[in-house]
Amino acid sequence: MSAPVLDVRGLAYAYPDGRQALYGVDLRVERGERVALLGPNGAGKTTLVLHLNGIHLPGRGSVTVAGLPVAPDTVPEVRRRVGVVFQDPDDQLFMPTVRDDVAFGPANLGLRGPELDARVAEALAAVGMTEVADRPPHHLSYGQRRRVAVATVLAMRPDVLVLDEPSSNLDPASRRELAVVLGSLDITVLMVTHDLPYAAELCERAVILSGGVVVADGPTAAVLGDSDLLAAHRLELPVGFDLARMWKHHGP
Amino acid sequence: MGAPHGHLLHYHGHSVVHRLPAHLKVLALLAFVIVVVATPAREVAAFGGYALLLAGAVVVSRVPPGYLLVRMVVEVPFVVFALLMPVIATGPRVPVGPFSLSEAGLWGAWTLLAKGTLGVAASLLLATTTEPRGLVAGLQRLRLPPALVQILAFMLRYLEVVAAEMSRMRTARASRGFSARGPAAWRVLARSAGALFIRSYERGERVHLAMLSRGYQGSLPQLGAAAVTGRDLAAAVALPAAAGLVLAAAVLP
Repeated sequence: MSAPVLDVRGLAYAYPDGRQALYGVDLRVERGERVALLGPNGAGKTTLVLHLNGIHLPGRGSVTVAGLPVAPDTVPEVRRRVGVVFQDPDDQLFMPTVRDDVAFGPANLGLRGPELDARVAEALAAVGMTEVADRPPHHLSYGQRRRVAVATVLAMRPDVLVLDEPSSNLDPASRRELAVVLGSLDITVLMVTHDLPYAAELCERAVILSGGVVVADGPTAAVLGDSDLLAAHRLELPVGFDLARMWKHHGP
Repeated sequence: MGAPHGHLLHYHGHSVVHRLPAHLKVLALLAFVIVVVATPAREVAAFGGYALLLAGAVVVSRVPPGYLLVRMVVEVPFVVFALLMPVIATGPRVPVGPFSLSEAGLWGAWTLLAKGTLGVAASLLLATTTEPRGLVAGLQRLRLPPALVQILAFMLRYLEVVAAEMSRMRTARASRGFSARGPAAWRVLARSAGALFIRSYERGERVHLAMLSRGYQGSLPQLGAAAVTGRDLAAAVALPAAAGLVLAAAVLP
């Protein structure tokens, strides 16, 4: 059996100012899984994400990506394997044009010339953004920018796609279009969100991180169906939202 | 693509001048300006020759002359200074109409005006025919230090983001009844500027994280740029070479 794509064990971390964010997180994500990482603000979700690609190194415990432990000397390879899409696409898209931006990651991996062009074209096609390749990012709509941000990471052919609040600030149509794009990708996904319907629509498994530890881990239906559990961790489904009805239409 | 959106200077087009690789255009501009600056002030005809050559380049670029003229207002402060020079300079004076002006000052004003105008016009031609991104790629290709290339690239990318942030802050202030009148408002404006700086600094940190996440190791990859053909080289050399010939014709006995 192959190693899990993500294997986090006993991960604890305190920021340099002494504030402790994670108190022993255990999380395994197998190849091909789509996992929603849920939790209230301040639960440590972003801190956990920054450990997955070696921006933070574990204070205690370990993070292993497809068999490779995250350590100072493995960081470049870890960052290729774990593609993080940050919340604000204006932070993610920093190059003068969309094409340059999508090429940034693979160029850092050493790709050049036609090989690089092919990688960029492939990533933009995967998110349906081929026609904006030569535009500057600030001339795109927010929804388009979010999709291009996904492409910038896909271009590195990561083993796992980590999305930080992918649906935030999107209008309903852009939110749905992004869901279609994400649903069409054949890749392992870890989606950090507190948009519970989005998690229900796209992920078959849900994990709740609260107070720096994992407090629930199971099928999305079971986790989101437990209203007491959700309430205990400041999570709520929208008023009137019916999980059973949604799954009849979409099914994760 | 290519709609003329939000660019202050760039004039969209497909002329020979537009298509020239940016780094060649930068070098051609530099060579042209050096020739102009090296020309002795009293070779008036040579300056006329340069102006004609530059006008020819403008015609080839198909940028409307009016578009360039409007943007030449950046030169106004120098023009004002040039106009003052004959009045304030010392030395032998010559009568010009009702005024008695300094001869050295007149030559100084002429030099400043002629060289300045040619330089500004040539730079504007570069700016109007080159996409900002192309300019950065060109400077990168000319081996401008990576730190400067990155500063330029990020300025291009984030100028509008920061401007939008600033305008949202202005709206928020105005919505709560603030009007920027009198020194009492300075405190508020200074704090807004401080807040904008901190926000931009924090964005910088987030952008850096995003860059690290995609394997950034200290320099931007070379921005895509077209290969240089012999024809490009010839086109780029044309203007400075012609200017050089004019100079040679003027100063050689």
